[in-house]
Amino acid sequence: MNGRPRTRTVVAALLRKEARVELRTFESIPAMTLFSVTTYVLFHFGLQEDSLTGNLASGVLWVTLLFAAVLGINRLFVADDEQGGFDAFMLSPASRGALLFGKAASLLAYLVVVEIVTVPAFALLLLGVGIGQALPDLLAVLGLADLGVAAIGTLVGALAVRTRARDLLGPLLSLPLLVPVVIAAARLSTPLFSHPAAALPARWLVTLALYDLVFAVIAFALFDFLLED
Amino acid sequence: MYGTRLRGLALTTAAALGLTYALVFFWAPNDATLGFLQKIFYVHVPLAIVTLCGFVAGGLMAIQHLRTRDPRWDVRSYVAIHISLVFGIAVLITGSIWAKAAWGHWWVWDEPTLVSFLLVMLLYATYQPLRFAIEDPERQARAASVFAITAGVFVPINFAIVRLSTEVVHPRTLDNISGNLPGRMQVAFWLALASITLLWVTLWRYEMASKHARAQLRALRRLLGDDDEPLRRSAAPTISHAGGPR
Amino acid sequence: MRAAALQLREVTRRYGERTALADVSFTLEEGATLAVLGPNGAGKTTLLRMLATLLRPHGGELRVLGHALPDEGWAVRGRIGLLGHEPLLYRELSARENLAFHAALNGAAAERAGELLRAVGIERRGDEPLRTLSRGMVQRVAVCRALLHDPPLLLLDEPRANLDPAASELVEPLIGRSSGRTRVIVSHDPAGALAEADLVLGLVRGRPALLAAAGEVDAAAVRELYR
Repeated sequence: MNGRPRTRTVVAALLRKEARVELRTFESIPAMTLFSVTTYVLFHFGLQEDSLTGNLASGVLWVTLLFAAVLGINRLFVADDEQGGFDAFMLSPASRGALLFGKAASLLAYLVVVEIVTVPAFALLLLGVGIGQALPDLLAVLGLADLGVAAIGTLVGALAVRTRARDLLGPLLSLPLLVPVVIAAARLSTPLFSHPAAALPARWLVTLALYDLVFAVIAFALFDFLLED
Repeated sequence: MYGTRLRGLALTTAAALGLTYALVFFWAPNDATLGFLQKIFYVHVPLAIVTLCGFVAGGLMAIQHLRTRDPRWDVRSYVAIHISLVFGIAVLITGSIWAKAAWGHWWVWDEPTLVSFLLVMLLYATYQPLRFAIEDPERQARAASVFAITAGVFVPINFAIVRLSTEVVHPRTLDNISGNLPGRMQVAFWLALASITLLWVTLWRYEMASKHARAQLRALRRLLGDDDEPLRRSAAPTISHAGGPR
Repeated sequence: MRAAALQLREVTRRYGERTALADVSFTLEEGATLAVLGPNGAGKTTLLRMLATLLRPHGGELRVLGHALPDEGWAVRGRIGLLGHEPLLYRELSARENLAFHAALNGAAAERAGELLRAVGIERRGDEPLRTLSRGMVQRVAVCRALLHDPPLLLLDEPRANLDPAASELVEPLIGRSSGRTRVIVSHDPAGALAEADLVLGLVRGRPALLAAAGEVDAAAVRELYR
């Protein structure tokens, strides 16, 4: 009759639900995207620079992405808490790992969609060097950074959503935890944005990957405790 | 339970601290380059080490809490983090003073330990607001434990990463500890570390004893029928049913 | 003798230093109905949530469908239908989409969704977002959600709230006595609840003040509960 649902089914159902709700409410992606582009404009005026290279370019890109991600993290579980109910998750026999994976995959999807718009916007508005050649490397860095944000963001999102100060605690909890991601990502992209472009330091790729792995494991181990009433 | 041997412990700690800092001031030699102000090193570094270990200990206690569901572990974890936070503020202040003495600035980015420390403190500063924002005591404890574990793992990793990313311009403390310190300074340093650890443990036991006593008082009050106190929101966990009359 | 669907022995649950539930004991046979009565704050919802595996007992023994909670929670998850105050549905999604989501989460067959929507009379509006439906209609969809995975145990918290008499009638064969499922009903309507219960539990401030077979319950005793 009813068995334990397969992880694949659960993750697909979560992604589908997430996509439908987002497409009908536009609560996260437009905000994240608009925020990023506006921030680039702000940086232009704040730094009084027409174009950025090297570490300055890296910094602006990653800090902006980080803040946009925090917006997404804040919204990630709101619909679940206010409507669908964490109860529904807890009542289901689905494995908590599958639920975590589904939510983290949703957050990852948000980040990717936002980056598809904002990274070219960044290249257009602020970047002083062409990214054509460095694009594959940049994509690798974005990918690894996004994985870290997805793991930590899902954990923090679940933690912060059922508190009274959820909009404050989300950023306060996630930003320090995401600083190492920024450190690594910035180190990795600085040579890509430099004149002339250089290769990225491989050891930072490893560092970032390891960081992602550690927090993915932690999120997996602790998620169940956050779903409980 | 927590109150036994507390006085003995407190006296030992006071003695250890007294001895250590007497030695630091009168016996250990002044540093050649930095002079007298270098002595803050004997306060700053032990405090830092003990603070970080305290945070990690809080994380370990939180793991026990989630594993056993015994609320007493949550209280232990809370107290550990609480005391480490206070020590941590002292670390930042003494670190700043040292930076000013050594390099002329109140804050330096190239001392990776100081930078990592700032980051760790920024994270742990959210611990109490997080607890306060959850009313249900059991959920509060569980959320706090999840946080304590995540943050406890973050502490060493963060240090490693910041270290990797910092350009080494000045000789770093930990290098100093691992052997560059001349004899007397080493002895003084290890003594300082031991006595600050004792201080942390003593304060931890004091706070645990205090919470325990208050919980027993409340339990007695309830037995006497005085139990219509409105529940106040609190960031601090209480030892409820553990020990004391039911 | 039929197997016991629920067995509680001195079950206790605290809320910080306060007691939410204390010394609750009863046995409910398979297929029987338990009515839980009591004033607000008596612990009725707490009890229901414990039976649903959403809350852990702090003391005593609790067996649901033959399995001890909380340790054997995984054995009963997916066999319990909870209809609480929250419909547990996403407003932007349609009834069908919501049910498809719950079916996937519970390993249930998606086809049942259509049958259930038809049974409660919502099929025509099954593809409109729930935010366009009235509360009564949403409640009907919630009933479908609770029954989607064909649970042998139903936990109902005022199930007929927001339902007009016509809707109530539609819903009756699904969640009523005739459904054959073991049921626990929390109700603020003692008369109505008594009519369909086999066993009655009255809670006052977390403690059992009344526990009797429905036929033997004194109307005065029930009134006492609410004083």
